[in-house]
Formats: sequence, structure tokens, C-alpha cells
Amino acid sequence: MTAIADNEVAPVQKSVTVRATPERAFQVFTREFDSWWPRSHHIGKSPLKRAIVEEKAGGRCYSEQEDGTECDWGSILVWEPPRRFVLAWQITHEWGYQPDLAKSSEVEIRFTPTGDGRTRVDLEHRHFERHGAGAATMRAGVAAPGGWSDLLGLFAAQVEKTS
Amino acid sequence: MTTYRDSQLDALGDRTRRAILAKLRRGPLPVVDIAKGLPVSRPAVSQHLKVLQEAKLVVARPEGNRRLYELDPNGFSSLREYFDEYWGVALIAFKRRIEQLASEDEA
Repeated sequence: MTAIADNEVAPVQKSVTVRATPERAFQVFTREFDSWWPRSHHIGKSPLKRAIVEEKAGGRCYSEQEDGTECDWGSILVWEPPRRFVLAWQITHEWGYQPDLAKSSEVEIRFTPTGDGRTRVDLEHRHFERHGAGAATMRAGVAAPGGWSDLLGLFAAQVEKTS
Repeated sequence: MTTYRDSQLDALGDRTRRAILAKLRRGPLPVVDIAKGLPVSRPAVSQHLKVLQEAKLVVARPEGNRRLYELDPNGFSSLREYFDEYWGVALIAFKRRIEQLASEDEA
């Protein structure tokens, strides 16, 4: 079986430049998260009511649903306003919460002033391999839940939800 | 038109095929072992494996006089595509919000 090194799954990197200072961009991204977060992006069983990012290390990233439930989907690993924060992406294939950080990928968002009053926002979603056992672990015979096929299930569920 | 992504979704839309993927998470297996414990015939399992291969979720390789099936490590690439689009949508929404706020400040 082909071994997959832990770093073999390349991160997803996206950037956008916005007309705001890093302080303001950081605030909109986090404190005002609900004001812009796409309504299709949630793991609840009923429509998304409010999306919340708690502004502190260890803070929860969660949503309030219209049926009154709350859905955790991440937590703040690094909190360094206004320049960057890192969150753990804690979603399983069944759209449930993954409490184990070792089985969560992470998303870093950096805010860099461009010198003309604007801010470049760089986003990196990395360590996808943590969601799965990885081929190396599978080869060792460890039957771990949350394999990469589970993430494809996540992918499938998301597309089904939004299509 | 069936796209690459659609074919993966279709492949995952079947309970037996998901059970096969779950078995292969533990390592490569010949069809006889994959079929064990599944409530379908061996030819049916072979048919499911064909669908999974076409969806690039499973690869087969010969070993001796039999074929071993295993998860296709390149399945990761479509995952990346998914998140690439996911975050693209999110960042565009973020930028729109900032532009809206900037316009309000100027007004």
C-alpha cells in the first residue's frame, strides 16, 4: 500500500484584499462573523440562525440554529488580534462535532496591512490528513474512525445540502 | 453531464459502497474479503468496486493471481478542491461585507 506522509495533503490557501485596516478587518471577521458568513456553511439540522466566534484562545466557534440547538464546529487555537488567529476545524463526516483536536484540521487567518490603508487576508486550511487515519496508519492496521473517505462524506453532505 | 465530482457523490450515495470504503480504511483487501459480512453477492461487490474505481475512490492492483483493492490516495485532491471552493465563497462574502461597511462610512 502506498504510504501517505502526514504532510502529503497540501493546504488550501486563499487570499483576499479588503478596504479596511487590519484591526477593522479582524473585527469583522471574528466579532461580526455572523454578518458575512455564508448561510449555507453550517452543520446544523435546521437553518442557521447565528454564527459565533468567541474572541479568545480556547473560544468556541459555533452556530445557533433555528430549532434552538447549538452546533460547535471549531475552537480558537491561537488568538493574536489584529494580525492572526488559528482555529481547529472540528467537523466529522456525519456533520457532527469532533472533540479530538488530533483529528481536526486547522485554519489560520492572517491580516497584513498593504500600506495603502487596505489589508490582505490570507487563509490557510491545513492538516487535512488529520481527519483521516492516513494510509500509513491504516497500513499499521489501526482501525480509526474518521478516515479520509469520511471527509468525502462531508463533501457529499455539503453538496447535497447546498444543491 | 456527470462530472467527476458527481460521480464521487453517486458512489458515496450507496450504503454498500460506504461499507466497502469503511473496510478498505483498514488496508488493502481482495474481493473475497471485502464481500465477507456484506449482505450482497460477490458479483454485486465487484460491481460496486467498479463504480468506486470509476469515481477514483478506490484503486486495484494485481498481487499474484488476485487483485487487491485499496483507497485511492488521490481522493484527497477532490477534497482540496472542495475546500478551495468553500473558502473562496466565504472570503468573497467577507470582502463584500467589508466593502459594504466602507461605503457606509463614506456616505
